[in-house]
Amino acid sequence: MKPKTETELAEMVAGLSHPVRIAGGGTRGIGGPDATIHTAGLSGITLYEPGALTLVAQAGTPLAEIEAALEAEGQQLPFEPMDHRGLLGTGGEPTIGGVVAANISGPRRIQAGACRDFLLGVRYVDGKGQMIKNGGRVMKNVTGYDLVKLMAGSWGTLGILTEVSLKVLPKPESTATLAVQVADAEDAVQAMSAALKSPFEVNGAAYDPQDGRTYLRIEGFSDSVSYRLGQLRSVLTGFGEVKEIPDPADLWQDLRDVKPFQSLDGDVWRISVKPSDAPDVSMHLAADQLLFDWGGGLIWARVSQGTDLRARLGALDGHATLVRAGADTIEILGQFQPELAEVKALTRGLRQRFDPRGLFNPGLMG
Amino acid sequence: MDMPTPNPDILRRRDAVLQQLLEVLPQDAVIHDAAETLAYECDALTAYKCPPMLAVLPATTQQVSDVLRICHAEGVPVVPRGSGTSLAGGALPTADCVILGIARMNEVLETDYDNRYIRVQTGRTNLSVTGAVEEEDFFYAPDPSSQLACAIAGNVAMNSGGAHCLKYGVTTNNLLGVTMVLMDGSVVEIGGAHLDAGGLDLLGVVCGSEGQLGVVTEATLRILRKPEGARPVLIGFDDNEVAGHCVSDIIKSGILPVAIEFMDTLCIRACENFAKAGYPDCTALLIIEVEGSEAEIDYQLSKIVEIAKRHNPVEIRESQSPEESAKIWLGRKSAFGAMGQMNDYMCLDGTIPVSSLPEVLRRIGEMSQDYGLPVGNVFHAGDGNMHPLILFDANKPGDLEKCEAFGADILRLCVDVGGCLTGEHGVGVEKRDLMTHQYAPQDLEAQMAIKDVFDPKWLLNPAKVFPLDASASRRDVRLAAE
Repeated sequence: MKPKTETELAEMVAGLSHPVRIAGGGTRGIGGPDATIHTAGLSGITLYEPGALTLVAQAGTPLAEIEAALEAEGQQLPFEPMDHRGLLGTGGEPTIGGVVAANISGPRRIQAGACRDFLLGVRYVDGKGQMIKNGGRVMKNVTGYDLVKLMAGSWGTLGILTEVSLKVLPKPESTATLAVQVADAEDAVQAMSAALKSPFEVNGAAYDPQDGRTYLRIEGFSDSVSYRLGQLRSVLTGFGEVKEIPDPADLWQDLRDVKPFQSLDGDVWRISVKPSDAPDVSMHLAADQLLFDWGGGLIWARVSQGTDLRARLGALDGHATLVRAGADTIEILGQFQPELAEVKALTRGLRQRFDPRGLFNPGLMG
Repeated sequence: MDMPTPNPDILRRRDAVLQQLLEVLPQDAVIHDAAETLAYECDALTAYKCPPMLAVLPATTQQVSDVLRICHAEGVPVVPRGSGTSLAGGALPTADCVILGIARMNEVLETDYDNRYIRVQTGRTNLSVTGAVEEEDFFYAPDPSSQLACAIAGNVAMNSGGAHCLKYGVTTNNLLGVTMVLMDGSVVEIGGAHLDAGGLDLLGVVCGSEGQLGVVTEATLRILRKPEGARPVLIGFDDNEVAGHCVSDIIKSGILPVAIEFMDTLCIRACENFAKAGYPDCTALLIIEVEGSEAEIDYQLSKIVEIAKRHNPVEIRESQSPEESAKIWLGRKSAFGAMGQMNDYMCLDGTIPVSSLPEVLRRIGEMSQDYGLPVGNVFHAGDGNMHPLILFDANKPGDLEKCEAFGADILRLCVDVGGCLTGEHGVGVEKRDLMTHQYAPQDLEAQMAIKDVFDPKWLLNPAKVFPLDASASRRDVRLAAE
C-alpha cells in the first residue's frame, strides 16, 4: 500500500483489518507482517527557511533530497543520521520519516544532540486512522504535551508519520580530527573523556580497537578549528601518540555507518551505557569485534549468531538493541531491551491508546 | 478564568486526609493552618489565587510516594509545586487539593565530570545546579530568567528555556533521566546517565507535562564545560523590521551565537533605568552573545558587526569587560522586574517563525493602540520566542480583563503566523482555554490519552493545560467514582 496523501493514508488505516509493517525506504531492516504501508508517496520538502534554521518535509521524502537542499544553503542535519544499508545489506532509499521514527543519530549526537532534539513537530496518523499534529515549526514550543519526542524513536508503533519539522544548523566551515594511539578501551575512554570535558567543543569521539586509535573531531570556522586543535593536542598529551588525520570526512562517515563490521558475519548489537562503564561492559560482551562511539557511551558489538548478549551483560544501566540478526534470533531475543515492569506498563498503555487494534509494527519494541 | 468547583465531599474528609498524611510525614512537613496554607495560594501568576486544602513538604522520594498513595486512595487532587515561579499558573491550587512542595528536596546526589552529568533532587534551584559544578568550570545550560529561584522540578515540568538555548537547547535537551513518582505512589526510573531511550522516549513526554503525569523527585542533568569566554555586543536600530532582517542574516551566515535577544524602546528604557547597562536609546536593540577563546570571539563578533553594518544600525557596542557583560545581562534578565516597577504587567511567551517578526511586532503595536494598553517587547529573537509585556493597572476595574483579551489576541496571532501559544512558560491555567486555537480536538485527545495512562484518575494537577470542557468527562469520571 502506498498512499499519496495524508488523508488517503488515514482512510487506509481506518479500513485496515490486519496488522501492517510501516516502511519509509525500508533500509533499517525491521521485520513484521508482509502487508506493508509505504510512505514513499508522501514526499517533498514543504517549507525551508534557512534564516530561521527550519525545514518541514513530508515523511517519505528521501533523506538525500533533504541533504541536498540543505547543502545548497550551507546547512545540515546536525545529528548526522547513520545509513544502515551497508551494515544490514538492505537496499532502498532512506527517508526522513524513517530517520525520525527510529531516532537515528550519528557521532555528533554526543555534543549536538540526537535526532529527537532537532525534531520540532510531527504530523501522523494514529491507529484509529486519525490525523494528529503535535509541536510545530518553531524552535521553542511547550504548548501541551511533547508527543514530538515520543514519536521520535517509536519505530512506527504509535502512528505513521506523515510530516516532520526539523531544526537545522549551519554546516561547519572546517573539520579536523586527531587520532590518539591507545593501549585499550580503558585508556581510550579516558582520553575521550578528557577531550569532551575540555572547552574545545569536541563533537566526535570514537575508538576502534582494531587499529587502537581514538578519534576526536573538532568543527567550526577554520581559525577556530586550528586553535582548538592545538589546545586539544595538549589535553591529550600523555594518552598516546597523537596524529592529525588528513581529510577526515570519510572516516566519520565510516564510523557512523559501522563500516568495520560491514561484510563480516555475525549478529550486531548496539549498546548505550554511561561512557565510563564502557570498558567493563565491553569486557563482559566477549565480542568478536567492537567499535566505540559517543565517547564510549555507544558500543557496537559483533558476536556469533544467536548470542544472547543481554544475558552476558546481566543488569545493565543502559540498553542493548539487537540491530542485525537472523529472524529466529530476533524472535527469541527481541530487538529492544526489555523494560522494567513499571515502565513496561506505561509503554503498553501508550501503545494501546495510540494503536488500540495493534496494527502498527506488531512485535517490534516488546 | 474558571477553575473546577471544589468537591464538597473531599472538603468534608479534610481532617481524615490530614491524619493520614501526619502518619507518613513529620509534623512540620504538613501545613494545615489556614494562615499558613495561604502561602501557597498562587505562583508568579498572581492574578489568580486560591489557598489549597493542605500543603505537604516531603523530604524523600519515599515520602512523596506515601503522600501520593494516600491522596490516590482518597481521591484528592494533588498540585505539585517547585519554587512557585510559574508565570502560567502551573502551581495554582484548587480549594480541595493538596499542594505537594518539593522545596525540601534540594540535595546534589552525584556529580560526575568524566561522564558530564549531575544528579540532583529536584527541589534544587536552577542556578545552584551550576553553583555545584562551577568550581570545575562546568555549568548547567538552561537559564530561565528566574534561575535564582526556580526549581529543577518546575523546569522539568515546564520544559523551561532561557536566553542561551539557541545554542544549548531547553530543559528537554539537557535532561538525561528522572526518578518519578506516579499518582498511585509507584516509583519509576526513566533514563539515566546513558544516552537515549531503549524503548519509547517516555522522558521526552514527561518533560513539559506540567506536573500532570508524575512528581519528578530526582533528575540526571547534562552538564557542560564552560566556554573559555563569552562576550555580548549591543546593536541598536531605528526600525524593528530591519533588526529582524539583521537577525536572519546573521543566522544565515553560519554563525551560531549562544543568544540573540531583542528589546523595544519601552523595555530598553525600563531595563536601562534598572540596570544602568548603557543600552542605547533606540527603537530596537539586539544583544548578541558569542563564545569561545578571545580570538574566536573577536572573529565571530567582527563577522556579526560586518553584517549589522549593512543594516544601518544607530549604534554598535561590544562589551569591554566581564563587569559590563554582567550588567548587560542583568538588564535583560531583569526586564520583567523592571517593567513591573512601571505598572502591573502580564507577560506572554508565544513563539513565532523568525521570518514573521516584523509583521507580528507591527500587529502588536496596532492592537496596543486599539486596547489602549502599552506593551513592551523583549524576546529571544534567534528562536522567535516573544515576550510581550502588557502593562495594566490591577486596581482599575476592567483593566485586567482588557489585558487578558489583548494577550489572547496576541497569542492567537502567534499561532496564526505558524507559531505557538507558549515557548517556555507553559500552558498552566493561563493559556489553557486557548489550546483549541492551536490544536484540533483529536490533537488534544491524543495528549490527554497520555495522562489517562500515567494518571488514570486524573488527580495530578487536573485543571491545567487542557480546556476544562475538553477534560471534563475525564475529571467527571473521577468524581463519579467517589
